[in-house]
Amino acid sequence: MSDGLIIEVENLTKRYAGHVAVDGITFTVQRGEIVGFLGPNGAGKSTTMRILACFLPATHGTARVGGYDVFTEADEVRRRIGYMPENNPLHLDMRVREYLKFRARLKGLGIRRSRERVEVVMQQCGLTEVRRSIIGHLSKGYRQRVGLADALVHEPELIILDEPTIGLDPHQIRSVRQLIKDLGRHRTILISTHILFEVEMTCNRVLIMHEGKILAADTTQNLQNIMSDGLVIAEIAAPVAELRACWEQMSEIDHFDIAPSEGDYLRCALTPRAGLDLRPLVFEQVRTRGWALRELGRAHHSLEDIFVHITRPDTEEETR
Amino acid sequence: MQAYLTLVRRELGGFFVSITGYVIIASVLLLLGISFTGILGVLNDSPTDVPLTELFYQSYYFWIILLVTPPIITMRSFAYEKGTGTYETLMTTPVSDLQVVLAKFSGTLVFYLLTWLPLFGCIAVVRYLTGEARVLDPWTTASTFLGFTLMGCLYMSMGCFASALTRSQIIAAMNSLVIGLGLFLLSLRTLVPVPPTDWASRIFSYISLSDHVEDFARGFVDTRHLVFYGSLTIFFLFLTLKAVESRRWN
Repeated sequence: MSDGLIIEVENLTKRYAGHVAVDGITFTVQRGEIVGFLGPNGAGKSTTMRILACFLPATHGTARVGGYDVFTEADEVRRRIGYMPENNPLHLDMRVREYLKFRARLKGLGIRRSRERVEVVMQQCGLTEVRRSIIGHLSKGYRQRVGLADALVHEPELIILDEPTIGLDPHQIRSVRQLIKDLGRHRTILISTHILFEVEMTCNRVLIMHEGKILAADTTQNLQNIMSDGLVIAEIAAPVAELRACWEQMSEIDHFDIAPSEGDYLRCALTPRAGLDLRPLVFEQVRTRGWALRELGRAHHSLEDIFVHITRPDTEEETR
Repeated sequence: MQAYLTLVRRELGGFFVSITGYVIIASVLLLLGISFTGILGVLNDSPTDVPLTELFYQSYYFWIILLVTPPIITMRSFAYEKGTGTYETLMTTPVSDLQVVLAKFSGTLVFYLLTWLPLFGCIAVVRYLTGEARVLDPWTTASTFLGFTLMGCLYMSMGCFASALTRSQIIAAMNSLVIGLGLFLLSLRTLVPVPPTDWASRIFSYISLSDHVEDFARGFVDTRHLVFYGSLTIFFLFLTLKAVESRRWN
């Protein structure tokens, strides 16, 4: 076990009757990282998290959290993690403060300590004004905060959040995301989602799972670059022929595509030769030729694109 | 220990924050009241020397309460948590499976005992009105209460087991009703007149709930009964524990 590693998963397999949910995955997580688990529904994210949270046993392989085995030293592991399952189940008949105190006591905090911690996490998660409310009467955003507060209450080293923003409205998503980001300053967080944007916003590193396997593990920036091949989108108002000639002249551009956009503008998709950033070059061209430019940026790929890309057998090499 | 007590408190609290607990208490109170007035009516017509507690056992209402309330009390214990998903948050805290099982069992048992308390109120009323000290004989009352507790232990452990098997409260209640009723029906075998030499009737008299209950109500505490209820309770708790652990089986 190395000092910096908090999660060490080796060759982890989980087989349910008839199908393999997690298929021999191996990965590690460093202390202090915010890692995003990305994948479509049924990719094996929740199963992996449940194994890490000592709720389910693995069929094969080992998983260690903070150096403790999740199967044989489950109690030690449970003390060190704060886990919020999918759909955030809560006792809806309890009051916020009462629930958090109940959870703190369950997790082994003393009476005084639990009272202190509950106050702290309520403050952290913005729950102070609803402390006396019955959880069942709260909005989904608040409930999610209660779930987060519960995961935090015993000061765990590792926080595991399974789809923490699912079913929230955009405003609530933003506040929960911000909260996660704030928490990540002092803790290791493993978060699962199927929204790529969310990973980009909050995580340092991403693990992409598909059909029980980890297909890619990299920083979000690298992954984006690999995915987009540096594709640049520019919307420029200029005669088509001129544009075409200009792009053809530029040796940095591998190939391009021009399509009409609203108004006089044309939408150009420019693919560079390997590893180049076209944006400054394009801007330079626009400036010297006196064209009008209203958009210039890297193409953002949706999760769908990434999956299509990653699950193509010929591209597996380059992503991993 | 701390986790255990926290869970017992939560389990008990669950009955009182929802309407379920009050409905159960009210229903038991109603049935007890009906049987109590019935008994008083009979006593007025034909006085008897049989202890009051035993008369309660002989009424149908007692058996209805004993057979119907445990499934309703215990159906929540595991099935509710599994249904809502809080089972997952519970089982990922540093609490052992045994602690969870014992806490669920104790919580339901305490609630069950609470529902029986009005019975002692009824007896106390008779004691107060008649001024007859024998009515509330401490020994008989204690042994009756012990009988309640032991039967409660058995029925609660059965109910917890049934609840641990499923995520549907209704199925849990039905299962535990069937097990409980099955055990009760076995004791009816002793009511059929058979030659006493029959080995089967001897066995059935050992497991006859009605025979046990009669002894307790008369103030007899027989170790055979203690062993019977104790061992069956432990057996069902063991099964419950295995059902809880089964999620970690490969």
